[in-house]
Amino acid sequence: MPQTETYILNMGPQHPSTHGVLRVNLELDGERILRATPMMGYLHRGIEKLLEARTYVQGVPYTDRLDYVSSMNNNFGYCRAVEELAGIEVPERAEYIRVIMAELNRIASHQVFIGSLANDLGASTGMLYTFRDREEILDLFDLVCGARMTFHYIRVGGVARDLPPEFAEKCRKFLDRVPEFTAEYANLLMGNEIFQRRLKGVSRLTPEQALAHNMTGPNIRATGIPFDIRKVDGYSVYPRFGFEVPVGENGDNWDRFQVRFREITESARIVRQALDGLPEGPVMAKFPKMLKPPQGEVFSRTEGTRGELGFYIVSDGTAKPYRVHIRRPSFINMQALDDMCRGYLIGDSVVAFSAIDPLMGEVDC
Amino acid sequence: MNAMLENGVVATVAGVLREYLMLLFGNQFLTDLIMKFIGIGAVIGVILSAAIVFTYAERKVCAFIQVRLGPNRVGGRFGLLQPFADMLKLMSKEDIIPAGCDRVVWALSPMLLFVPSALAYAFFPFDKGAVFADVNVGVFLLIAISSQAVLPFLMGGYASNSKYAMIGGMRTVAQMLSYEAPMVFSLLGIVMLTGSLKMSDIVAVQADNVWFVLLQPVAFVIFVITATAETNRTPFDLVEGESEIVAGAFAEYSGMRWALFFLAEYANLLAVSILTTTFFLGGWSGPVLPGVVWFWLKALFMVFFFMWLRWTLPRTRIDQMLSLSWKVLLPLALANVMCTGIGVYIYRWL
Repeated sequence: MPQTETYILNMGPQHPSTHGVLRVNLELDGERILRATPMMGYLHRGIEKLLEARTYVQGVPYTDRLDYVSSMNNNFGYCRAVEELAGIEVPERAEYIRVIMAELNRIASHQVFIGSLANDLGASTGMLYTFRDREEILDLFDLVCGARMTFHYIRVGGVARDLPPEFAEKCRKFLDRVPEFTAEYANLLMGNEIFQRRLKGVSRLTPEQALAHNMTGPNIRATGIPFDIRKVDGYSVYPRFGFEVPVGENGDNWDRFQVRFREITESARIVRQALDGLPEGPVMAKFPKMLKPPQGEVFSRTEGTRGELGFYIVSDGTAKPYRVHIRRPSFINMQALDDMCRGYLIGDSVVAFSAIDPLMGEVDC
Repeated sequence: MNAMLENGVVATVAGVLREYLMLLFGNQFLTDLIMKFIGIGAVIGVILSAAIVFTYAERKVCAFIQVRLGPNRVGGRFGLLQPFADMLKLMSKEDIIPAGCDRVVWALSPMLLFVPSALAYAFFPFDKGAVFADVNVGVFLLIAISSQAVLPFLMGGYASNSKYAMIGGMRTVAQMLSYEAPMVFSLLGIVMLTGSLKMSDIVAVQADNVWFVLLQPVAFVIFVITATAETNRTPFDLVEGESEIVAGAFAEYSGMRWALFFLAEYANLLAVSILTTTFFLGGWSGPVLPGVVWFWLKALFMVFFFMWLRWTLPRTRIDQMLSLSWKVLLPLALANVMCTGIGVYIYRWL
């Protein structure tokens, strides 16, 4: 009787579909996955430590490098934590602009998700279409802050500068295009039989499993738990806007795709409402140049594009934070990779990985 | 001119050449031998120029589908010299031999892969009377030869001493075994209608009556699906599976060795397009234009069709692909054979 053995396949860190430098250790029985162990740290830059070595205001651009696909959301999260710690009141107009930027960036990030999911499924054309439309958002950001990546636009106390006069018009133009391109994605991808069969029922997680892994963001919403910090905490000016939290039913990859796909429309709704209600006024709070928050600690969380983005900052009363810890949603969501891969095939592992939508800059921090 | 249309352009040219050579050498055997070599040269020439044209075409078609421009730097605005630049790049690349590989098997694999893909061209009726080897078991021999391609893939996968390559090699075996069966049965209907395994007869029957795509639509669909699997292109590019197993069996190859795989892939692409043309689209038959023009028009349309599929569809999973060919395509093909048989019987009875 011939004996068969399981074998280990090292996927990554150089692999076309690991979205950067993740390494996954797959234990395989033929094509079936018995165990998947993500191995991290290839992109570790010590951002937490870097933040501790700088003043509070100097730390903002470092957060750009965490989740570089949605930098605005990271800026937003960090600045909220510092403001809470130092007790800075942010002007209303700045809050509105922040929400606009964060939601636009959420759309851009979800477009990257859809594109890379299609690419990992072998349909590389999908990627080009989503990236083409994402370009319009980047152009808007370019208009606002001169950068297309790592924006450093949302700052402690407000935003870097006021919106240029033509922004509102251009932004509305983009928002009018949203139904157009979402319909195009739906037409090109969602109706495809192969696409559906590759995603439906694959990498299923129950709500209990997702909770046990402390998953957040679209990943937990796909299992049917409507946990969205924008609704739960109602931070910033989010309670003033009407939007829905899309949830899935089965917790499979199809639902993860659907949740993000529908979030694009919801985010566009928020941006439109924010543009309509945009008040006049200053965009930067007044606070001393050398910010020295009182002794104490704060944990502030926002809804990043990938889940609950938390910043825990301890102040010892000096100009630099004593300790910064970042709760990175990608990192924590990655823990579920094993449960999502176990029992499925090699081809599914790539899709499962893509469906979690982790960003290695954020995972390794 | 009329004679040319009557007998086909290629056959007429070949006839003139033969007469000229006969005058020159005055020896029947020598003339035949030289004519054979000219034929081989022509077929290899077709394959090589196809590889050049298709690298360019693939880039441009892909770019068109992906709302891009494609190559537009090398050789003018349309990047016409891109394939030559690609070729130069491949030739100047270092030949990396992975550690611990089985050198002989490893080196043989790309060469052996090219052999069956090139050999298949011997049976293609490019024009009326222009078949290199018009054997009376053409279809059978063709399928037998093309299924040899599984071995070099497995050899390359095994010899590379890489797990990705090994998975790719094993996938090739699974895939080829499962799609060849429905492919053969889908062609059986045509053989029954023609009453011959000769390639030239199959085209001749279509030229006299109707294209088989009208008589055998189900077989046509099955054949096109399995042909996509034969060329290892999306949605059945599981052997290559770029986003999963990187490049499968040829993950460890570089430079000219890789170029041979590449060449074989394009030779295969053209081969299945020609097969589809020959079996279902009437080969060289068509009004007004000479047969060879019709032949290439149809074949190149099929090439475009396969490129179109590749750049639009996602990849299936290996188990889905296997269950599709065993559980759906094979029964369908068998049912098609039965229906054709009954149809032929009734037709004769009438």
